[in-house]
Amino acid sequence: MADADPIVVIDRLTAGYGDRAILKDLSIGIRQARVTAVVGPSGCGKSTLFKCIVGLLRPWSGSVRVAGQDLAALDEDRLPRALARVGLLFQQGALLNSVPVRENVALPLREHTGLPEPVIQEIVALKLEAVGLSHAIDLLPAELSGGMRKRAALARAMALDPDLLLCDEPSAGLDPPTAADLDALILRLKETFRMTVVVVTHELPSIEMIADDVVFLGRGGVLHYAGPVAEARRCPIPEVMDFFARRPGTREEGTCSLLDLMRQECES
Amino acid sequence: MSDPSPVEFSWGPTLDRESVPDRYREIQQALRGRTAPEVRLDLRAVNRMDSSGAALCHLLHQQVLRQKGTLRLVGDSDAAREALSLFRVASKEPVPPRAPAGFFQSIGDSVVRAVTALVDLLVLLTDTLHFTGKGLVSRRERIKAGAVLEQMVRIGLESVGIVALVSLLVGLTVALQSAYQLRQFGANIYLADLIGIAITREMGPLITAILIAGRSGSSIAAEISTMVITEEVDALRVMGLNPSRFLLVPRFLGISLTQPLLTVVADSLGIFGGFVIATTYLDISARAFVDQLVSALMVKDLMTGLVKSVAFAWIIVFVGAQRGFRVTGGAEGVGKATTSSVVISLFGVIAADAFFSLLFYFGD
Repeated sequence: MADADPIVVIDRLTAGYGDRAILKDLSIGIRQARVTAVVGPSGCGKSTLFKCIVGLLRPWSGSVRVAGQDLAALDEDRLPRALARVGLLFQQGALLNSVPVRENVALPLREHTGLPEPVIQEIVALKLEAVGLSHAIDLLPAELSGGMRKRAALARAMALDPDLLLCDEPSAGLDPPTAADLDALILRLKETFRMTVVVVTHELPSIEMIADDVVFLGRGGVLHYAGPVAEARRCPIPEVMDFFARRPGTREEGTCSLLDLMRQECES
Repeated sequence: MSDPSPVEFSWGPTLDRESVPDRYREIQQALRGRTAPEVRLDLRAVNRMDSSGAALCHLLHQQVLRQKGTLRLVGDSDAAREALSLFRVASKEPVPPRAPAGFFQSIGDSVVRAVTALVDLLVLLTDTLHFTGKGLVSRRERIKAGAVLEQMVRIGLESVGIVALVSLLVGLTVALQSAYQLRQFGANIYLADLIGIAITREMGPLITAILIAGRSGSSIAAEISTMVITEEVDALRVMGLNPSRFLLVPRFLGISLTQPLLTVVADSLGIFGGFVIATTYLDISARAFVDQLVSALMVKDLMTGLVKSVAFAWIIVFVGAQRGFRVTGGAEGVGKATTSSVVISLFGVIAADAFFSLLFYFGD
């Protein structure tokens, strides 16, 4: 697969929860060995998109293929092998609370590799050092701060050096130097292991530092823009322009100020 | 007939949480019984307006519309303008909330939920048996002895005290109630038969199951549902780990191995309770009680209780897991899952006990 080829192909994806569609008719390709930022307002379906990619949520229609495979359609025997090539950092970390950080990071290594235990422990130490958590290796998740939990979860997500690393708001809640360290780490992972990284973020400095491509989702889970970051700045769609210019966003449709309402100046 | 004259509200200098209650009453009195009122609102004198003032203006607007009247803002001050500009409201009708389910829909929903739960239980059972079997033969997916041992300690060892105490008290109570009746017929010695059979076949397994459902079944539901809420279960799936294998197999083996042992403890302490009453209240010698007990009890009685105990253990662990995996919502959902796991487990245990009683009765 050439670098420019997409490792994730999403074709006319519609998905949601219950009877509420979150993503509607979405078609995008995530290109290999690049960092793609997924941006958009709260509730537009960024985390739902990740769940569809890893097969946690079945599409209502359309398809999601990772390296040519539809993870939601794989059987129990083939799914673990396919998932070993994908790492997901959840928004809240989702560390196993009953075991220490060391065991959290070691778990995928034990399950998916035949590595001897000393090698596994060494990899765990290296990964935790990479996210600046070597001092917390034997702590329980409950003993970590929110930012530390997130970094430990990142160490777990990249434990197997996955081909595809999905990070749901990796730097949210982190102090700026630590967030910048994580951005630098993501760049190094891409360059060293040719890892494809998809990052949900709201932080413009982070996007400017790490992202090659950007996917901009609008309200109601519709796609506004997907392509290189440089071209996104010239995108004429108001929401995308507001985002890159850091202007206050357009108000929700169907609302008006109380003053306009009292003056009978609301649009019907 | 409704008063056709315009209604004028002129408010100020403050429209805040102190003055709004009076203004609200003023609106209610002025608009009561009017149809299509023509309302004029003058806010020019307002030099301070807070959120409650803005809310009052919105309420007035809505009430006038409901009464099919008109509202005209005749003037406003800077303070009023700023406060009213800050807040936004829906200019269109909001989507109406979903109508509550009707009688037949509720019944249909309940049936669907019950069928879904039964299917879930079957899936969990087959998954668990599959992974347990695989874990015993496959080196790569072997069962972690440490995790099973941990569950055996939590479910079994830590419950020994309460199971022993409750069984002793039940044994004492049943023996005492029976002793009075038996003495009237001079059948004191048969207390050994009664206690031995009742405890080993019924009371021992049932007391143990009730205590374990309350103690460990609820804990299984709470742990798993919390892991679902905090996305730990999703994280396991993304790591390619089957949650049934990782979470359920150790609990399944832990409870399956310890429940029969706890039942033996319950049997022993229950019978000991009967022994105490027999020797102290009915003047039966210890030797006579033991001889009578040995002659009355058969291996089949003990085995019936032990088979039941394993079935009860499975009901408790699978109901707890099903409620846990199916949790929705946040902390409230965890509470509901925990409560319903105990209620459903207890019902399941008692229903299974009735089924076994019929089976063994007609089997004899």
